Amino acid sequence: MTNRITITVNGQPHTVQAAPDTPLLYVLRNELGLNGPQFGCGLEQCGACKVLLGAEARPACRLPVSEVGQTPIITLEGLGEGDELHPVQQAFLQAQAAQCGFCSNGMMIEAAALLQQNPHPTDDEIRAALDHNLCRCGAHLRILRAVKLASEDPKGLPLPPRVVEHEGDL
Amino acid sequence: MPNKTLSDSAPRQLDDWIVIEPDGRILIFSGKVELGTGVSTALAQIAAEELDVPLESIRLVMGDTGRTPDEGHTTGSKTLQIAGAALRHAAAEARFALLEMASAQLDCEPNELIVQAGVISVRRDPARTITYAELMGGERFNRSITGIAPLKLPESYQIVGQSAPRVDLPRKFAGLPSFVQDLRLPGMWHGRVVRPPSPGATLTSLDENSAPEAQVVRLGNFVGVVAEREELAIRAAQQLKVTWQETAHLPPRSSLFDDLRRQPTTDEVVAGRGEVEIALQSSRTRLKATYTYPFQAHASLGPSCAVADFRGDQLTVWCSSQGVYALRGALADLLKLPLEQVRVIHVEGAGCYGHNGFDDAAADAALLARAVKRPVRVQWSRADEFIWEPKAPAMVMELHGGLDEQGNVVAWDDHVWSPSHTTRPRSGRELLASQLMSGEAAPAPRFFGGGDRNAPTNYNFPASRVTMHWLARSPLRSSAMRGLGAAQNTFANESFMDELAAAARADPLEFRLRYLSDPRAVEVLWAAAQAAGWGAPLATDEGRGLAFAQYENHGAYVATIAHVAVDRSSGVVRVRRLIIAHDCGLIINPDGLRNQIEGNALQALSRTLKEEVTFDSSRITSVDWETYPILKFSEVPDVEIILINRPEQPAVGGGEPATVTPGAAVANAIFAAVGVRLRDVPITPEKVRRALEALKR
Repeated sequence: MTNRITITVNGQPHTVQAAPDTPLLYVLRNELGLNGPQFGCGLEQCGACKVLLGAEARPACRLPVSEVGQTPIITLEGLGEGDELHPVQQAFLQAQAAQCGFCSNGMMIEAAALLQQNPHPTDDEIRAALDHNLCRCGAHLRILRAVKLASEDPKGLPLPPRVVEHEGDL
Repeated sequence: MPNKTLSDSAPRQLDDWIVIEPDGRILIFSGKVELGTGVSTALAQIAAEELDVPLESIRLVMGDTGRTPDEGHTTGSKTLQIAGAALRHAAAEARFALLEMASAQLDCEPNELIVQAGVISVRRDPARTITYAELMGGERFNRSITGIAPLKLPESYQIVGQSAPRVDLPRKFAGLPSFVQDLRLPGMWHGRVVRPPSPGATLTSLDENSAPEAQVVRLGNFVGVVAEREELAIRAAQQLKVTWQETAHLPPRSSLFDDLRRQPTTDEVVAGRGEVEIALQSSRTRLKATYTYPFQAHASLGPSCAVADFRGDQLTVWCSSQGVYALRGALADLLKLPLEQVRVIHVEGAGCYGHNGFDDAAADAALLARAVKRPVRVQWSRADEFIWEPKAPAMVMELHGGLDEQGNVVAWDDHVWSPSHTTRPRSGRELLASQLMSGEAAPAPRFFGGGDRNAPTNYNFPASRVTMHWLARSPLRSSAMRGLGAAQNTFANESFMDELAAAARADPLEFRLRYLSDPRAVEVLWAAAQAAGWGAPLATDEGRGLAFAQYENHGAYVATIAHVAVDRSSGVVRVRRLIIAHDCGLIINPDGLRNQIEGNALQALSRTLKEEVTFDSSRITSVDWETYPILKFSEVPDVEIILINRPEQPAVGGGEPATVTPGAAVANAIFAAVGVRLRDVPITPEKVRRALEALKR
C-alpha cells in the first residue's frame, strides 16, 4: 500500500509515493537521490543517518515518512546556503575532521543543531551533544575541534583549497 | 570507458601508471584503494612531487581490474611504503622521459631545462617553453620503467612533507556521492540475503510465496530477495518464511581460552636466541603470566554494500574490497566465469580496518544480479555485519621470564596460541555465499599468518624464544584486522615487560632502555617520556603506563604513554591522556599521519576497554551497537603526538603501528595507579573491580 506523501526537504516540497511506514531515510536516499544521510545501523544507535527535523537532529532510519508532516527537513546537502558551505562544513574541512567520512553527515548535522541552540558551547557540551554519534575510525578529537572552530568564528574560517579530483566520482 | 590494456602482473610500462591528458590533467593509476585513511592524498603528493606538477592537476584512478595495475591488497600499512615507492619511480621516469622529449623539441640538453608546474623551460631563455601536455599530444609514453631516472632528493621536496588537505573530504562533507552506498545504476533493484541465524545452520524449509513483493532467489542454502524498492526488499527479507536447523558448535565463553589451548596445533619457533630453558632454570626470579584477547569485530560504521551488473556475459561489480584482483578471481570461480568476463571496481565504503564483509557483499550482489537479470545493490544490515564479518581472532599469550640477582632479564619465553589471521578469498570457497550454496564449510586457511606479528620483541635479551601454536581453525570466522596479531602480542609483551620491571624494582622506562640499542627506539621512548612528564607525581589512583613497539619489528617505532585515573568503587578506568611518539621515517603528509595515529590510538583504546564479540553455543550475540559498544565522545582522552621525521629514511607505513601500544600502556597505567594487573581484554570496570577486591583479600 503506497500513499502520496508530501514532505519539505531542503526548502522544496516533494511529493513521493511510498508506504506510510517507510523510514524517511529510504525516501531521502532512493526517491530524492540524496547522499548525505547514510545507513549505518537502522536502529537509531549510530547517528550516520541524521537529518535536521525542524531544529532537531534526528535519525532518519526508523522515522516513518508519514510522521514527518509539515516539519521541514534539512539534509547535509541543504545545510549551507546555495553554493556556500555551512560554517560547520567549513570548520570540518578546516580541521580535516574525518577519516573515512561515513559518520561525518551525522556529526555535522548534530553540530549544526547544537550551534543553533547554543552558539558557544563548552567542550563538555560538545562532547555531550555528540555522544550518541559513533565514529569507528577515531576522528573524535578532530570532530570536537571542528565544532569548536565553527562556534568560535564561523565566518572567518579560511577554506583549504579543493585540490585533487578523485576518479571515484559517481 | 574502454578497458586499458594492462601488461603482466608486475607492470613495468610507464603507461600503466601515468597518462598525461591533453588538458594537462595527469591520471595516476594505482592498484591500491582508499580505505578512508587518506592514502590517496599521499599518493597524489608523491606523484606531484616527482613530476613537478601542482597537486591539483593529479587525478587518481584506483583499484579497478579494468584500468589499474594489480598491486595486491591494500593492507598492512604498506601502501606508501611499497606502492608509494613504486609510484615515485614511475613519476620520476615520466619526468625524465618528458625532459628528453623537451630537449629534442627545444633543441638543448636536458640539463639546461627546468620544470615548474608541468611547464618545461630553457634555463637561460625562459621564453622558450613547452608543457607536458603539449609534449605528449595525447599520446602514450610507450616506454618501460627503466629505473635510471634520478629521484628527487628529499631536501628539495615542496609537496611531499606538507599537510595537503585530503582530496576526498570536500565531496564527503558536501553530501556529494562518495561511497559505494551512493552508487545508483539505471534499473537497479535492491537485494537482501536472508541469512541463517548462526553459522553452519542448514535450510529446512522455505515458502517462496511468503514474500509476494519480492523475487525470491534460492541457490542451495543461499536465499535472497530482490525488490524494486529498498524498503520492500527489507520487508520481504523479514517476511520470508524460512526455517533453519542450527548446531551447537561454539565453546562456552567462560572456557574459550582453555578451549583454544586444547585444540591440536602446528607449532613453530618463530624467533629465538640462546638456551632459554637453561637460562630460565638458572634465573633468580621466575615470572609467568597469561594474557588473553577476545574475538573483536571490525565494526565498520557502514555495513558492507555492493552493486553488481551483468551485461551480456560481462559482470561488473562495484564494492569496497581491499583487493580487487583477488576478488575478481574469487568471483569468477564462484560464478564459473572466465576472468576476462569479470571486472571489479573499488568504490570507497565506510572505513574497514581489514577484511570485513565487503568481499562477501560483492558475491551476494553478483549472484542476485545474475538471478534477476538486472543491476542489484546489496546492503547488509547491522546484524549481518556483526554476525558474519570475519572477526579479529581470539588469542592466548603465555609468557615466562627470568631475572638474575641484579634484576636483569636473562630469559624470555613466549607461547602464542592463534589461528591464522588471513582468510581473504582467493577462490570462491572463502566467500560466504559459496558456503551457503554448497553447504560446505570454508576451506582451512592456506597458511598460518599474522598471529606472530610483533610476537618477537625488539629487546636484546641474552636468551629468548617465541613459539607459535597455530590453531588449524578458529571457532568463529576470522581474518585480518588492523595490525593482525600485533596488538594482541604487544599487549602481552609490553604488559609482561612491566611485570618484570616491577619484579626487578626498576623504572619501566629505564628497564626497557637497558635492552634497546637502536637509537630510533631509544628516541621515541625518551620523546614520549619527556612529553608525558614521566616520573612526575600524580594524584591518588592515577598512573602512567608505557608501551613500546617497532611495528613488525622492522617498521615504524612507536612509544605510547597512557595517563589513567581509576575509580576504585566502580572500577571505571578513565584515560585522561595518551602521549604517542612516532617515527615512520620520511613523513609524506604530517597532518594525514597525525590523523592516522589519533585514529589508531582511539580505536585501540576502544578495543582495549570495551570490545568483545559475544556468543552462545551456536549464535553470535553481539549484533548491534548496544551489545558491541565502542568508545564514545565522552570517553575520548586528549591525544598528544610527537612526530619524528626522518627524511633520510624510507617512508614506512603509519596506518597501523600506533594501534599496537595503547593496550599495554593502559594496563600498565592501571597497575601504576592502583596496583592490579589486568591481563584479559577488554579491561572492563567489572574486571578492574574484581581485581581490586582480590588485592584486598
